[in-house]
Amino acid sequence: MTKPPKASAPAKPSLFKTLEIDTRLLGMIGAFVVICLVFNIITDGRFLTARNLFNLSIQTVSVAIMATGMVFVIVTRHIDLSVGALLATCSAVMGVMQVQMLPGILGLGSPLIAPLAILGGLLAGALIGAFNGWLIGYQRIPAFIVTLGGLLVWRNVGWYMTDGQTLGPLDQNFLLLGGVEGTIGATGSWILGVLFSLAAIWAIWRARAAKIQHEFPVKPLWAEGALMAISVGAIMGFVAILNSYEVPIGRLKREFEARGEVLPEGYSEVYGLPISVLILIFVAIAMTVLARRTRLGRYIFATGGNPDAAELSGINTRMLTVKIFALMGFLCGLSAMVAQARLANHTNDIGTLDELRVIAAAVIGGTALAGGIGTIYGAILGAIIMQSLQSGMAMVGVDAPFQNIVVGALLVLAVWIDIQYRKRTGEKV
Amino acid sequence: MSQSTENRGTPLVELRDISISFGGIKAVDHVTVDLYPGEVVGLLGHNGAGKSTLIKCLSGAYQMDAGEIFINGDKAEIRNPRDARAYNIETIYQTLALADNLDAASNLFLGRELVTPAGFVDDARMEAETRKIMGRLNPNFRKFKDPVKALSGGQRQSVAIARAVYFNAKILIMDEPTAALGPHETQMVAELIQELKAQGLGIFLIEHDIHNVMKLCDRASVMKNGQLVGTVNVDEVTDEDILGMIILGKTPEGVSA
Ligand SMILES: Nc1ncnc2c1ncn2[C@@H]1O[C@H](COP(=O)(O)OP(=O)(O)O)[C@@H](O)[C@H]1O
Ligand SMILES: [Mg+2]
Repeated sequence: MTKPPKASAPAKPSLFKTLEIDTRLLGMIGAFVVICLVFNIITDGRFLTARNLFNLSIQTVSVAIMATGMVFVIVTRHIDLSVGALLATCSAVMGVMQVQMLPGILGLGSPLIAPLAILGGLLAGALIGAFNGWLIGYQRIPAFIVTLGGLLVWRNVGWYMTDGQTLGPLDQNFLLLGGVEGTIGATGSWILGVLFSLAAIWAIWRARAAKIQHEFPVKPLWAEGALMAISVGAIMGFVAILNSYEVPIGRLKREFEARGEVLPEGYSEVYGLPISVLILIFVAIAMTVLARRTRLGRYIFATGGNPDAAELSGINTRMLTVKIFALMGFLCGLSAMVAQARLANHTNDIGTLDELRVIAAAVIGGTALAGGIGTIYGAILGAIIMQSLQSGMAMVGVDAPFQNIVVGALLVLAVWIDIQYRKRTGEKV
Repeated sequence: MSQSTENRGTPLVELRDISISFGGIKAVDHVTVDLYPGEVVGLLGHNGAGKSTLIKCLSGAYQMDAGEIFINGDKAEIRNPRDARAYNIETIYQTLALADNLDAASNLFLGRELVTPAGFVDDARMEAETRKIMGRLNPNFRKFKDPVKALSGGQRQSVAIARAVYFNAKILIMDEPTAALGPHETQMVAELIQELKAQGLGIFLIEHDIHNVMKLCDRASVMKNGQLVGTVNVDEVTDEDILGMIILGKTPEGVSA
């Protein structure tokens, strides 16, 4: 006798299901919160200070920017081992242009130096990336090999461009992109926070309106409201933290003296949002839009899910590979800009081992090496989790070798958890 | 050529003397078949006979080594799937060719997404269109939000069929479209084929079930070991005749179409 098919009783949907929040995202946020709390306890409250969170955010930017690009690379079943080396080459291009070439042509301190140097670095990154993509897509050399070779090639091309010299001092405007040197202050940060909050509310509302227009089911109003409240709370909370980190008195004094003024009694100033963090936020938004709302993004995920199907659907997967790697290269250039400005000079070892951090960030963030699955926010969260672990351990005084042991073990652990999670939700691993 | 095809004017598709080999194996060996508007031509033969390979030359998935393709009497250059789509050729592949990680609507419109005026993919409109066509093809289909890997064989099949039917094909290639289906769903596909045929489409149907062939096809071309055994008018032969062609590789006297 055959059993009657089980009527799938419309069970009361769980809270997360109603809110349509990704449980994996929650897991990562949970891990981050636990890391923060544990370190905060061990360090007697030194971890969760405005100052440390500010530093944490500017240290994360460079790896996080590249991790967003690595998501697309891994989603299409490729890998890029050359991002750290590419970063070094882009940094060398920017360094040579702003320290050796442009001042002679434009005059030292010209406002054109920073933009031109940046343009040069970004262009170099995109071109080298496109070349990698061509070797992989059109010449059919595995990405692993192309970028393993690239790892050796590009770091040393960078070395030859600079004769192995450290390049500095950098252009004043360029330094603004590094973090501490370039922040937008309290008022600007609050204004941006409000704007981002409004944008988040608008986006949630728009999505709902589109569903109603096509008569699709929508979340209950309270769930939409809760989602808006959470988004606004997170944005304004982040701004509030950065806005409570005061510029040290000594630094303010120097700044006033440089302008020939005297620091007034009781005067104080806060840093607010660093420009580099703003760059990361814009990259995150742009890459998310690219992934979800453009044809290019759709083709990236389709190709990752089934390359043959994508090809048979008329997608030019070879050209797609070139585009993905060119984008990865461009993001390496952007990261080079931020990293170089933060370190205040170009050195040959800039970005060393970044390829591993970037891949780890993407993978910890839920990007599946089998292809087809990954999110931009996941990769950024992955970068934040790794950076917070690393700086937390540094703060506690853990030896550098042991820090690496922990981060390496974390990577393996994260993937193991992911596999268990996918087994449970019935996904193919 | 028999009477029935001779005076029908130019064929919709003519695959003339097609050959393609893979590392020494002649998968398709000088095969010629044609297809007229409003006609269903069955492609038959054992596994490995070269049926899928032959139609992949027409759909742009493979590049033939030799031979010519004519569409409406004009020589056609089909170098890739995009070229084939430009000739209104739609294909349901044996493997279905779905991106498992995407939902039904994304698969249906893959490569031909609907976009908003600003150029972004219009997921809401694509889902609405998908609901419309699925309402016609498979009214029980509900899983519009899930990635297609969460679907049953029959549901996946209906997504692949919907994709081929949605874009107003003139030439439809169906490679074992009922292989994963139960009797009820097979009946639905049969009705769909008859409806599309009535609309004037030309259909190449690769099908193993001889009863379906007798019921749905106007002509049948049989292949064996990459070669064409022969083409017959289905209403002039018995199913034993066709089975004989498949097994023995010989056309019975006097029935060649
Ligand atoms: N991409 C390929 N590479 C190598 N051999 C192939 C390829 N595609 C098909 N073949 C070979 O061509 C022959 C015909 O296969 P196919 O067209 O799939 O047969 P059918 O669809 O009639 O079952 C088989 O011997 C198969 O192994
Ligand atoms: Mg086949």
